[in-house]
Amino acid sequence: MSNHAPYIRQPASVRSIMLKVLAALLPGIAAYVWWFGAGVLVQIALASAAALAGEAAMLALRRKPLWLFLGDGSALVTAWLIALCFPADGPWWLVVAAALFAIVAVKHFFGGLGRNAFNPAMAAYCLMLVVTPQWMSESQSPVAGQEWQWVALGYLLGGLWLIRQRVITWHIPTAFLVALTAIAGGFHVFNPAAYAGVEFYLLSNSAMLGAFFIATDPVTGATTPRGKLFYAGGIAVLTWSIREFDIYPDGIALATLLMNSCAPLIDRCTQPPVFGNKIEPPAA
Amino acid sequence: MPRQFFKFNGGVMPADHKAASTSLPIAEFAALASLPGELVIPLQQGNGGSLRALVEAGTQVLKGQRIGVGYDDTGTAVHASTSGLVKAVEMRRMPHPSGLSALCVVIAPDGEERWITRTPFDYRRAGLAATRDYLRDAGVLVGGDFGATGQLATLVINGAESEPRITCDDMLMRERADGVIQGIAILREVLRASEVLIGIEDNQPEAIAAMRAALAKRGAENTQVAAVPACYPTGNARLLIRVLTGIEVPHSRRFADYGVECFDTSTAYAIYQAITLGQPMVSRIVTVAGNVERPRNIEAPLGVPLRALLALCGPQADTNRVIMGGPMMGMTMPGDEVPVVKTTHCVLAGSPALFPPPPPEMPCIRCGDCARACPADLQPFELYSFARARQFGKAQEYHLFDCIECGCCTYVCPSKIPLVDYYRFAKSEILARQRDQEFADAARERYQFRLLRAEREKQEKAARLATKAAAAHAPTAEDAKDAKDTKKALIAAAIARARQQKEQVTPANIDALTPEQRAEIAKIEARREALQSSAKTAPPQDE
Amino acid sequence: MNAILIMALGAALLGVALRYVPVKRKVDEAVLAEQIDALLPQTQCGQCGYPGCKPYATAIAKGEADINQCPPGGTDGIHKLAELLGRKFKPLNTEHGVEKPKAVAFIDEAVCIGCTLCIQACPVDAIVGAAKQMHTIIAPLCTGCELCVPPCPVDCISMLPVAVSVDTWKWQYPVFEIKPAATTATATKQQSA
Ligand code: SF4
Ligand code: SF4
Ligand code: SF4
Repeated sequence: MSNHAPYIRQPASVRSIMLKVLAALLPGIAAYVWWFGAGVLVQIALASAAALAGEAAMLALRRKPLWLFLGDGSALVTAWLIALCFPADGPWWLVVAAALFAIVAVKHFFGGLGRNAFNPAMAAYCLMLVVTPQWMSESQSPVAGQEWQWVALGYLLGGLWLIRQRVITWHIPTAFLVALTAIAGGFHVFNPAAYAGVEFYLLSNSAMLGAFFIATDPVTGATTPRGKLFYAGGIAVLTWSIREFDIYPDGIALATLLMNSCAPLIDRCTQPPVFGNKIEPPAA
Repeated sequence: MPRQFFKFNGGVMPADHKAASTSLPIAEFAALASLPGELVIPLQQGNGGSLRALVEAGTQVLKGQRIGVGYDDTGTAVHASTSGLVKAVEMRRMPHPSGLSALCVVIAPDGEERWITRTPFDYRRAGLAATRDYLRDAGVLVGGDFGATGQLATLVINGAESEPRITCDDMLMRERADGVIQGIAILREVLRASEVLIGIEDNQPEAIAAMRAALAKRGAENTQVAAVPACYPTGNARLLIRVLTGIEVPHSRRFADYGVECFDTSTAYAIYQAITLGQPMVSRIVTVAGNVERPRNIEAPLGVPLRALLALCGPQADTNRVIMGGPMMGMTMPGDEVPVVKTTHCVLAGSPALFPPPPPEMPCIRCGDCARACPADLQPFELYSFARARQFGKAQEYHLFDCIECGCCTYVCPSKIPLVDYYRFAKSEILARQRDQEFADAARERYQFRLLRAEREKQEKAARLATKAAAAHAPTAEDAKDAKDTKKALIAAAIARARQQKEQVTPANIDALTPEQRAEIAKIEARREALQSSAKTAPPQDE
Repeated sequence: MNAILIMALGAALLGVALRYVPVKRKVDEAVLAEQIDALLPQTQCGQCGYPGCKPYATAIAKGEADINQCPPGGTDGIHKLAELLGRKFKPLNTEHGVEKPKAVAFIDEAVCIGCTLCIQACPVDAIVGAAKQMHTIIAPLCTGCELCVPPCPVDCISMLPVAVSVDTWKWQYPVFEIKPAATTATATKQQSA
């Protein structure tokens, strides 16, 4: 059996995409280390090891080609995101458990790479929020502060580079940030005492990470251009509501999961018109 | 005057490798080598119709003589591409990925290249309908609705050869621009187009210059050469029309509905040859490239085996497949003996180094790269998931048939999914089901008609019997039994006769026949035999 | 904790919304029989145990027959019926026959005695001929029901499988291979030029 046309392929691969995402996280990580010390590196290492181990075990169990999938880098992306979202001063087992849960339960129980309905990192974050709230809330939660602004800036830089590299499109980050600014700014102007200001949101660790790295996960998000705008806007609004009306300081994980479940519906409703059907064709 | 171009979404820009085959001029096949021992001309057309042979084994044919015509007036004729003897009209492997055979005329060239008498055609006197018929009979593929809709706003001439490695139109325009321009002028006049736009990709500056020069010399009005930005697949007619005029003709509609029409430069040249020179289409320019030492363009007589073309360009030792068409849309041929046909732009020799087997397929990560590359604005990954799950209804809802199979999506997919393979599979499956459905509906109709007829006959018989009974005595059971018995006896006698016949099948009543009639009968018998044995032996085809 | 509840609720709602299937209207039996008949292959062979596709369709609509009794329709046909009726797929009941490639009848015209028995048997008028004249099958009309084969007193009718032509050929389902890269290198063995 030979393959059919086209006989030539562009070099990009899943692996190269994932590696670019990892590379784009580096400026943020560097700022993190600069301001908060090397603790986060340990977290990253632990999460990566756990994720890779979990991935390898699941691949072996499911009889999938081990090296092909292990080398695709998707487990590492999940692991790094977990490590960056979790408190850097939490116990070591927190990230390990989260990474294992993300890979084994959220990714592989749904069918592995490309089949998971929910963002593994965010699902793990939510689980840990429920199971071990004491560890998640009392730590240095990612709030806005002089130092965090630098980390956020690092993520912003990495994210812009990803757009330039055409790994992600502008739709999701822009819609997310615009929607967040609009809703937070609006309520703040309306009642500055009750609602936090725009900068509190935009310059927090999670907003930039969310805009460029979490909401842009293609597998679990919307894929049509219009759909992406709704999807990211939805995450921003939910993030803000959860934050303002609820107990959790950081609503982005829940918001992402909620919108993940809407993504297929959003996609279905926002199919772009196909070639030749953008305007009403003339009568025969 | 720089024109304003329109854009289509998507498209890709693979390395074009065009320089390789443009360094040598177009060569006549006959100038490089003598014709092979046989030319094979299929009586099967690309769009599914088949042709009726006008010759049989033993007929002497001249170059340009018509040897096959359509069963109705839509089939484009085929001609002998050299003079010689018809060796056979038989099943030969087609230049088709299936590797299946179809009826072909096999000609043994006599090497003399004797032409039929070539007379130019006066299209001005003849009018549109007669010109269309003439072109059809001259074997030029212009489409059945050629000029059917009256006046045209824009006639688009497609010189945008966007697929990598193919340069046959480029070289045609460089070397024979004058003929192309004359063909375009004829088209313009016949179709009454107010404006002609010749779209050529801007990475073919020589062709653009040659065409502009020829245009200046001929002085055609309202005709422009437009250098469109190079991008695959601009060479697709719908997309080129979009780029030049801004009109998007959907998949389900004809160009003429929108007041545009599009022809290839090679078609324009064939029209010039047919009308001005009186020469039917018996050859075409083919790019031979890929894994060969001297890639170039060759004007090949229709029917020469691809092998013979490749041999002229020095195929490398590790060539492991022959592709008809370019690297994005070409079809892998079942073998290298299949012939050049009218739609053969390019023959590529492939090797594992040149076209490596694709890396292992990974699951779709819904990255959307394919959707951004798709010029038809489809969502290829959705189509893929439906086709893979055989949800054909869903796939059609997501506009599967708007896919032009350009291959851009497969080209960019980071997961290396052979997306277009899934679409081809789904499309052919859907078409087969439609055929089955039509067949079933027709069968149902005939069945219902039959039931109706049986009912009517019963009533009529009852009525007849009733009148008979009224006239004479009522039929008794005895009579009925008698009737049955005689019928049985008759059948028994017939069976006995048939047994005899089976032992010695010699058709009766043939003594008084003329030799011609006998020959005719013998031929029919042979055909029947062949049909029977071919149907019996044809195994269910699998790739 | 209420955020989790909100999420669970939201997910559940959406799940219902996504899986929402319009409740099948109760259709009347005759209409349903028409719809079923439209999906049957119209071979009219009677292998289902009914004297034709329509009677079988009526029987299914009445609930008297199962959906897996039509061999010419095969697996695909059962899938279609299952979808229409909202039932579960079940494999073809082999009591009624097995799925086989489509064939058309062929009359050995040298042997045919012109008894017209096959014409009377053909449910879809695909045979032409007259008493004591040679008969022949109009192949494009033949559904391959085989009903004409047994009545022929001289056994001159045979069933020939329909060969695939260039026009009816179908592209294969792309082989689905996720293999380590090493093994795919050998997979592309092709006829050498
Ligand atoms: S390019 Fe490939 S992986 Fe990406 S969405 Fe399309 S099919 Fe899926
Ligand atoms: S092959 Fe079809 S789906 Fe793929 S890019 Fe081309 S038109 Fe779009
Ligand atoms: S088994 Fe024959 S008669 Fe019965 S439904 Fe199927 S095709 Fe029709």
